[in-house]
Amino acid sequence: MDITILVISAIKVVVIFGAVFVCVPLMTWIERRGAGLMQLRLGPSRLGPLGLFQPIADGIKFLFKEDREPAHVEKFFYFIAPLVCFIAAALTFAVIPVAAPVNIAGRTISFQIADLNVGILYILAISSVGLYGIVMAGWSSNNKYAMIGALRSSAQMISYEIALGLSVIGVVMVFSSVVSSEIIAAQAGTLFSAGPFNFPRWGVFLQPIGFLIFVVAMFAETNRLPFDLPEGESEIVAGYHIEYGGLKWSMFFVAEYTSMISFSALAVTLFFGGWQLFPGMGRLVALAPGMWGAALLVVLQILSFTIKTAFFMWFFVWVRWTLPRFRYDQLMALGWKVLMPLAALNIAGTLVLIRTGVL
Amino acid sequence: MATRTRRVGPRKSLFHSIYIVDSFKGLWITMKYLLFRKKVTIRYPEERRQYSARFRGLHYIKTTNGVENCTACMLCPTVCPADCIHIEAGERADKEKYPVRFDIDIMRCCFCGMCEEACPKDAIKLSGVYDMSAAKRTVYDKEFLLVQRGNK
Repeated sequence: MDITILVISAIKVVVIFGAVFVCVPLMTWIERRGAGLMQLRLGPSRLGPLGLFQPIADGIKFLFKEDREPAHVEKFFYFIAPLVCFIAAALTFAVIPVAAPVNIAGRTISFQIADLNVGILYILAISSVGLYGIVMAGWSSNNKYAMIGALRSSAQMISYEIALGLSVIGVVMVFSSVVSSEIIAAQAGTLFSAGPFNFPRWGVFLQPIGFLIFVVAMFAETNRLPFDLPEGESEIVAGYHIEYGGLKWSMFFVAEYTSMISFSALAVTLFFGGWQLFPGMGRLVALAPGMWGAALLVVLQILSFTIKTAFFMWFFVWVRWTLPRFRYDQLMALGWKVLMPLAALNIAGTLVLIRTGVL
Repeated sequence: MATRTRRVGPRKSLFHSIYIVDSFKGLWITMKYLLFRKKVTIRYPEERRQYSARFRGLHYIKTTNGVENCTACMLCPTVCPADCIHIEAGERADKEKYPVRFDIDIMRCCFCGMCEEACPKDAIKLSGVYDMSAAKRTVYDKEFLLVQRGNK
């Protein structure tokens, strides 16, 4: 095997996962500040400019906390559960491209860790693995609240994975590919123009219902409010991670935020054209000559991807502090009675539109 | 036997039962709060709440030309419902009565302000100072009370 490929892959892994894990503490800060401001408080504002060093202080606190290990837990699963959650959440990002592939010295370098030919299926598979972490944590904790949390989590994730998968199928049908880079490449160009505004050929305009279902299912899959029943602070204390503390707990925490980032990136990939530039941004590239233009294009693509993903990450926070938690039967009713039939109808409608040549 | 359920109250229309529009209304409300509403936080050590002029806080004994107004008339320990003022009276060289000791057991004090009302000499006063937490049980003695803290 060519050593250069290994080196390039290693660099990509470090840079992309590094970027993701830098975003996690930033995200906790945004979450806490956003929550504060929406509730007419200030949030953490003491440490560093605007309280930006607060996550660092939190991290140090977690590191130095005693690694407590309750006597009644099933040790092996108790220890690997946070790891499973964390790794599953992080691995999703591996197939998401952050910019278009470029040719450097006759070698095509793609800005994604692995361009799998089953990219979307891989994401769906890996995101279900995260569920095992939660179930293991709930079961091994040997605690009734943790158990209820884990049970809720498994029921919720299985129910919403169907809606999620079906909403993604609509996108896959429209772009006729399950490869993430091909899906993004297919979202280039203009769908229609309305006066001065050009609507890009993004998934959200081709699959609006699919997008709606995806967003709802996304919240359920990441266990975020309004679907955070596995945690349910008010009813089952903290759900599956009730017996965890210190660094092991913070790993669940990081896993939650990482999966938020991953799902934001996935939503952008499927419905908002991934690294496709915002309409009108392309004119900037023409200003720079030759090599610089190519470099600028890559930077702008990464910037577009980041802005879009950041919006969805903010959307997670925004929704969390807006909507109250669903009741368990409401959650199940929404998943099975509303989202699943709607997703099935969406697929049927998409099929009809594709066969009639509209899409 | 299956439970029969009965709907109470008005039936929601399909438009409202989908929640999408209402969710977006909610999102707009939180965004409005985030961007435009005045935040209510008081950043405590730097910022302080404005209390009323009648606020009853830390005690002090008023002085005139460096001499305490108190004549040890014992009205304040008499009226004190918490029984927290302890005065030992003495006599000055000019035959005037004065408190040799004036202790306030601040742990017992309920800040009712009756001592202030009872005082005929305008000597014992309650100031607006409210941050008086301490690491141990404290009895304020005369030297402490003679310092004019935040007097009004």
